[in-house]
This record gives sequence, structure tokens and C-alpha cells, in this order.
Amino acid sequence: MLDFLAMGGYAWYVWMAYGAVALVVAVEIAAVRARRRRAFDELRMSLEPPSANALARAKDAR
Amino acid sequence: MSDVDASPSTAIVWALARDVRVALRSKGELGVQLLFYVIVVSLFPLATSPSRELLATLGPGVLWTTALLASLLSLPRLFAADFGDGTLEQMALSPRPLAALVSGKIAAHWLTTGLPVVVMAPLLGAQYALVAPVLGTLTLSLLLGTPILSLLGAVGAALTLGARGGGSLLALLVLPLYAPVLIFGAGAVDAVRAGLSATPHLSLLGAGLLIALVAVPFAVAAAVRIALD
Amino acid sequence: MINWFRLSSPVSFYPIAGAWSYAFAVLAALLAGVGLVVALWIAPTDATQGDAYRIIFIHVPTAWMAMFIYVVMAGWSALALGFNTRLSAMMAQALAPTGALMAALALWTGAFWGRPTWGTYWAWDARMTSTLILLFLYLGVIALRSAIEDPRRADRACAVLAIVGAVNVPIIYFSVQWWNTLHQGSSISLTAAPKMAMTMLAGILIMTAAAWCYAISVVLARVQSIIVERERGAGWLESLIDWRAEGTT
Repeated sequence: MLDFLAMGGYAWYVWMAYGAVALVVAVEIAAVRARRRRAFDELRMSLEPPSANALARAKDAR
Repeated sequence: MSDVDASPSTAIVWALARDVRVALRSKGELGVQLLFYVIVVSLFPLATSPSRELLATLGPGVLWTTALLASLLSLPRLFAADFGDGTLEQMALSPRPLAALVSGKIAAHWLTTGLPVVVMAPLLGAQYALVAPVLGTLTLSLLLGTPILSLLGAVGAALTLGARGGGSLLALLVLPLYAPVLIFGAGAVDAVRAGLSATPHLSLLGAGLLIALVAVPFAVAAAVRIALD
Repeated sequence: MINWFRLSSPVSFYPIAGAWSYAFAVLAALLAGVGLVVALWIAPTDATQGDAYRIIFIHVPTAWMAMFIYVVMAGWSALALGFNTRLSAMMAQALAPTGALMAALALWTGAFWGRPTWGTYWAWDARMTSTLILLFLYLGVIALRSAIEDPRRADRACAVLAIVGAVNVPIIYFSVQWWNTLHQGSSISLTAAPKMAMTMLAGILIMTAAAWCYAISVVLARVQSIIVERERGAGWLESLIDWRAEGTT
């Protein structure tokens, strides 16, 4: 396991490179998710909330 | 006006003459732009060293890069005034072809910004210990290259009309497009310094200029129409 | 017979984008899993470059995707200008951030490959310099989009910029290559691969496919958000909201 991490002495280079890719992928996915959440929040705020009847009906439908 | 001549050549000349007349009214502004070029070029030796060898190596790059920056500085002026007072919209609506009108404006821009740089460069090149044949190639490369800078820069100027971010945004958009011109222009001068021929570089610049002259005005016209929407 | 023009409406495209985004995400994960195993375990250590060469398995995919995404973005931009469709412009808008990140990763991984192999993090070779300029072109498109208020005007301006950039990319690449060979004497490409064993080639192909699927997945997810952001006036969006839940559909 340690041999694997050591990457034949080139650990710094290999893991900085692979680490950056992993980081960017994680950040990009998180950012797209956050953008989606924000888009729907703003959409929700811009619309009239449905009447109490409609909400009750939706709850029953579940 | 139903008797307006809608041929491209008259449109170009009309726009060119108009813009040059307007520019000459504010000679101070033109002088300041040229002064920018002179000052920045003169600053580099202060930041490095006055050693003749170093300066001769740096010279072509500095003279060319500063020409790029000088071109960038003057680009917002190309469309801003006409955009602001509605003249640009009139141009787009007129029977005169917009690409031709735009070509005239770009030609005027080059005459008032690029050409002075071409004239000043050999004088400043002497500050950088460049010898006569090198200075000749420098002038020729700038003569071929600065019109390309005006043409490509006009695309950026039209796209950023009415956009936030001002000059920095324009620089970000236009400088990557300038890179090949810089490479071949400064490269030509470097080649002659090394005793080689600059013909390949200059021919590529010349070819680039011809293509840009024919194609770019249409892109600029499209960008102007987008900005006017 | 697919009615492509029906597909070009945001309403029809939205659910399709969602389904395909999920499918490509799964595919990307599988391919990346296999690819990483090949890259980090199965592929033998290189004789000259040691284990540092393993960076090639992420450098080549990111560099390739950076170029490819720009071409695709220019393609959608051309469609947007030619057919004046909103969705084509939204696709171009969704592609730019992913392309920029790929270009940045290509530069980063290239630097960390260069240092142990050729002694320097950055060496102004033709491919890396062209990738740097490509990154600037991406940033320009992104910056222009955020600088223009009206979304439709931004669509068209960014489309023109993307196409102008695409036309220039081969010219830029050629000129940088020219400049590089003149100044380096020989045409050493600092990102030249070590001699390709079959395993190496397989690993690179798998990782490139993984990168491609990942990009498609992320871009389709992003375009969904863009559709929601920009189609706010349209009534059909309301059906997407689950009023009972706090989260999104």
C-alpha cells in the first residue's frame, strides 16, 4: 500500500495531478448541484404558492 | 435619402473620411495615445538594464507587445461615440453596406493609431540598439501587422459595446486573437537579428492581412448588429 | 423519424437532458473506475519516466476534452446564430465552464508531468502554450456572457466570439508551433508520450471515454439549470416543482 502511494518516488507529482482532477470534478459537480438548487429556489419564489386545497390534494395523492 | 450611393467603395471612403475628420478634431487624444507608446517602450530598460545586448534581445518583443497594448487602449473609441449618439444605428439601417462602413471606420482607426506607431517604432528601436536592417524589418512587420490588430480589435470592440467590464474585458477577448500576429511580427524581427530571412514571417503576416481585410469586416458588422438589438 | 426541431424546445429537451445526464454519469463512473485501475495498477512502470508517466492517463483526456469541447461549443454557437434557437445557445453556455476547467486541468497535469520528466513545471512548448491561449478564449466567452445584461444579446455575442475563436484556434496552434520549433531547435514536444504499450493505450482510451461521458453528464445537468433560470416566465416550469418538499425535483 505504501509502495503504491509512493509512486516510485514521484508521489508529489502524481498525487498533485490526480488530486487536482479529483478536486475539480468534485467541485464542478457540487457547483452544478448548487446552481440547480438556486435556480429552483428562485423559481419557487417567483411563482404564487398553490392554494391550501391544492396542497392538501397533493398530500393525499402521495 | 433615396439618392444615397450604396456601393461599397463609396461607403468605405465616406466612413473613413468622416472618422478621420472627427479624430483630427481631438489631436490631443491622438497625441496622448502615441505618447503612451513612447513612454512604455522607454520604461522597459529602466526595469531591466541598459546593457546593449540585453536591449537588442528584448527590443522586438517590447516594441511589438507595446504596439498591441496601444492598439487595445484606442479600441473603445472606435464605436463608442457613434453608439452613444445613435449614429451607429443609423449606419446599420442605411442602404450603405454595414461591412463597408465598418471597414472605413477601422481604416480610420489604423491611420490614427497604427500608422503613428509604425512611424515611431524605428526611432524607438534605435533606443534598443537595433541596427538599420533590423529596424527596416521592424517597420515592415508593424506595417503589415497593425492593420490586422485594428481589424481583430474591432470585433472585440463591437462585441463589448454596452457591456460591463470596459477595457479589461476587451483585452481579455482580443489578446488571445492577437497572439499569432505577435508571434509572426516579433518573430520576423528576431529572424533578421539572427541573420536569417524574415520572408516566411512577413509573407504569413501579409497573407493574414489580406484574409482579415476581406473576412473580418463581416464579422464586425454582425457583432455591431448584435450590439444594436 | 425524430423531429429534431421539436427537440429544440426547452420544454421537450429538459426531461431528456435529465435522463441522459444520469445515464452518462453512471457510464463515466464505471469507465473511470476501470481506467483508474489500469492507470494506477495494471499499466507497468515506465523504464525512463518511472511512475510519473502515469499522469499521462489524466493529462491526455483533459487536453483532448479542452479542445473538443471548444469545437462543440462553437458548433452549438453556429446553430444558435443560424437557426436563432434559444436551446442551442443554452448548450453553448453550458459547455464553456466545463471546457475551461478541462483546459486548466490539462495545464496543471502537464506541469506536474513536466517537472519530474523534463526538469521544469512550465516550458512554453507548443501544445501547452496553445492550451493556455485556449483557456483564455474560454474565459473570454464566460466573461462576455456575464458582462451583457440581456440574455438573448449575450447568446448572440458569445456565439460570434466562440466562432471567431474557433477559426483562430488552428492559426494560434500553428503559430505557436512555429515559434516553438524556432526557439527550441528540435521539435521536442514536452508532452510526448513514452513508447506506447498496449496497456497504456487502452488506459488512455478508457480514461478519455470516461472524461467524455463525465463532460456530457455535467453539461446536460448544467443546461437544465440554465433552462430553469431563463425560462422563468414559461408556465410549464411550475410542474417541475414539488411544493411539499424543500428540495428540488
